[in-house]
Amino acid sequence: MIADSFTPIASLGGGALIGLAAVMLMLFQGRIAGISGIVSRLLPPESDGQTAGRVAMIAGLGVAPIVYAAITGIWPVPQIGAGAPVLVAAGLLVGFGSVWGNGCTSGHGICGLSRLSLRSLVAVGTFMATAIATVFVVRHLL
Amino acid sequence: MSILIQFLVGLLFGLGLIVAGMSDPAKVLGFLDLGAIPQGTWDPSLVFVMAGGIGVTLIGYRLVLGRGRPLLAARFALPSANRPDLRLVTGAALFGLGWGLAGFCPGPALVSVLTGGPLALVFLAAMLVGMALARRLAATPELPPVAPAHRN
Repeated sequence: MIADSFTPIASLGGGALIGLAAVMLMLFQGRIAGISGIVSRLLPPESDGQTAGRVAMIAGLGVAPIVYAAITGIWPVPQIGAGAPVLVAAGLLVGFGSVWGNGCTSGHGICGLSRLSLRSLVAVGTFMATAIATVFVVRHLL
Repeated sequence: MSILIQFLVGLLFGLGLIVAGMSDPAKVLGFLDLGAIPQGTWDPSLVFVMAGGIGVTLIGYRLVLGRGRPLLAARFALPSANRPDLRLVTGAALFGLGWGLAGFCPGPALVSVLTGGPLALVFLAAMLVGMALARRLAATPELPPVAPAHRN
């Protein structure tokens, strides 16, 4: 029994695009496509000559909805269920945790697992478990 | 050249997140909600995102890393550590807690800057504060060892 919102083909295709982006960054720049690492290294900017490239990649992420809308005619609006106080707490946790744990869903989940990194396997197992537990508590126990 | 490539990488990554449905917190939470399995409303799409992403990257990395060096940089910059430690687990656990609360992780939060309205910006601002805080804390040198007490 599976939800009506299940989108295996689109999700597989979208995942492949994400993978292609990660492979491109490795091919051209020799770097891991970890979004938390790319953003946090601007806070404050590291003096490794990569600042402009990091800003460019973030700009690319930001304009993706415009390109998506130009192709499909659909403006992809995210459905945000949480209120502002929860979003502040969640944002602090996501920001702090991704830097403290050296990666998020992209760096550990896509790039790290593809490199067969044990650290990434442990990180992904850990954040999947706490995220699933959190949703269970919020949706079924509170 | 390098700047343009990185812009395109970000754009492709963002398009992937949107096509996959992962830039939408409701979709992400629909996957994380395993408690919905008995009700028949669980959405396993995220498994397919991971399969598509890891499938392409696993093969792509193998081909690219076999080349010896990247096209526009002197060498590959890969993390050298492979031993999990307490800090990794603690950080990942906190990240998962926040991800489960809102359904947003860093990539989708950036993709939602133009589309997500004020609430997405609230999340993004808090995320940047959290990141800056962790970087600051991580950069703090460890306390110097306490000098042994002199016996008089």
